[in-house]
Amino acid sequence: MEQKIAVKVDDLTVAYNYKPVLWDIDLEIPEGVLMAIVGPNGAGKSTLIKSILGILNPIAGSVSIYDKPYKKQRQLVAYVPQKGSVDWDFPTTALDVVMMGTYGSLGWIKRPGQKQKKAALEALEKVGMLPFKNRQISQLSGGQQQRIFLARALVQNASIYFMDEPFQGVDATTEIAIINILKELRKAGKTVIVVHHDLQTVPEYFDWVTFLNVKKIATGPVKDIFNDDNLTKTYGINYKVSIQE
Amino acid sequence: MDLKEYFSLVFNDYTLRTITLGTAILGAVTGMLGSFAVLRKQSLLGDAISHAALPGIAIAFLITGTKDTNILLLGALVSGLIGTFWIRGIVKKTHLKSDTALGLILSLFFGFGMLLLTFIQKQPNANQAGLDKYLFGQAATLVESDVWLMAIVTGLCVLVLLLFWKEFKILLFDADYTKTLGFNTKTIDILITSFIVLAIVLGLQTVGVVLMSAMLLAPAAAARQWTNSLAKMVFLAAIFGAFSGVFGTAISASQNNLSTGPVIVLVAAVFVVFSFIFSPSRGLLFKQIRFIKNRRDLELNKTLAFMHQIAETHEDISHPHTIKILNNFQGYTKGTLKKLVDKGFVQLQGNMWSLTKLGYTTAANLYNQQTDSNE
Repeated sequence: MEQKIAVKVDDLTVAYNYKPVLWDIDLEIPEGVLMAIVGPNGAGKSTLIKSILGILNPIAGSVSIYDKPYKKQRQLVAYVPQKGSVDWDFPTTALDVVMMGTYGSLGWIKRPGQKQKKAALEALEKVGMLPFKNRQISQLSGGQQQRIFLARALVQNASIYFMDEPFQGVDATTEIAIINILKELRKAGKTVIVVHHDLQTVPEYFDWVTFLNVKKIATGPVKDIFNDDNLTKTYGINYKVSIQE
Repeated sequence: MDLKEYFSLVFNDYTLRTITLGTAILGAVTGMLGSFAVLRKQSLLGDAISHAALPGIAIAFLITGTKDTNILLLGALVSGLIGTFWIRGIVKKTHLKSDTALGLILSLFFGFGMLLLTFIQKQPNANQAGLDKYLFGQAATLVESDVWLMAIVTGLCVLVLLLFWKEFKILLFDADYTKTLGFNTKTIDILITSFIVLAIVLGLQTVGVVLMSAMLLAPAAAARQWTNSLAKMVFLAAIFGAFSGVFGTAISASQNNLSTGPVIVLVAAVFVVFSFIFSPSRGLLFKQIRFIKNRRDLELNKTLAFMHQIAETHEDISHPHTIKILNNFQGYTKGTLKKLVDKGFVQLQGNMWSLTKLGYTTAANLYNQQTDSNE
């Protein structure tokens, strides 16, 4: 079966000052996969996502979403940043943060209305945070904050989701809740790309994987390429994991 | 003139009314915009901008030779903006952190401004006296046209805030995410920074270069203590700023020769101190009270849990025990025992105690309750 390519990255190179952080990345992500990006600290995992999304400016390279430049396809893409990237003492409520997911479709100046509020409440319901909708965001636990971020992306109703370490610092309950939502997204035909740190759970959670360490080491189905060989190439040590079939 | 006299005069006396209106409007607009600076963790930006404005005032005077306020403030605006963009440039192009960039621009521009001021004072031009009033401000020089200018800028600022409220809010909270939604964050950023520069420049005449940043920060810092909503915070900061202006002017007018700018800043500081101590949710006082109360509750719960342990060893939960066994237990005092009786958890008979049914079930669910309230 010929799969559509959801995200295509060509010759992407990113550098801070002289040191390249990403070097000549070519990547094709088929539609409908749940993909992990794995690699050691400093491998450029977050940088890859941020460059694809235009938050960082690459030195070279291009990104296309369903064969069109990313800038024309923004509304198809949703982003879940790292939880630690914002100040959670900001004076606002959980519902308000989730509503921000609707701002993109609203465009400049227009205010969110009842329709947007309804969508936000539905997203809160999906992540199990409806009872906390009016809670000041600093009063939420780390796992709850992560769910709020996830809900904000769900509101965007996108086709492709980029998530930067959504499992970082959350408890087992939240991790299961999140992965169930990701699997639901995949079932609905969405493409989900996740920066992931826990190698043990890769075969269980994901069906596609990209190994990254400044250069792209490998990308493909987990069952084909998630092996000692690629792990060693990526992490530089003989990293043994048991692959659960 | 005492305060009472001031408030009766303020509606009739032209000069007093002008100054009071001017400082109130100034306080309101700097309070509003200050909220954004504080939430962006750019508190020092205001300080840098106001200091960067000084050479602009001096150069405007050197070029035109007049002391017309509007021309001097135009010079201040230009050099304030130059300073702001240099700060942005330094942060972007070098490895220096923003506090370093702010400090660098602040001292560089201020030093240059002072140099120009002393140069001007040495000139044989009779017109040159009085430029140094921009250092600490002189509210008494406000005239009606100045107040109109402030009112127009404030009105414009409110309009822009209302129009771009959603964009400002999301940029403050999560700039990267804002970019992915397709908003041009640079445009939003420049819009908000320009208004901050404009407000600062307008305040130079009244409060002066040195103290201007307090007008930006103090009302916002005070307002943050009282609310968890951005809209309410901006509104409150405007109110606090306006009142600082009015009270500051009143105090300085009623106590002869007190300079208005510093008094306004001190009044704003009083708002801050009061808010830090007395705000119900974030204030130090209530935090301390809650802390003590929580500790007491915990002590009470520990005693109750201990009693529950003892009661559990008997089939009949309300089997009486002597009070003496409690003496070995650390958290127990006569006070806690009395409180437990008051709550209906424990019955006393002579020197014997027994748990009531309510006390028993409460003790059994103590831990569950606590996790519930933490959810």
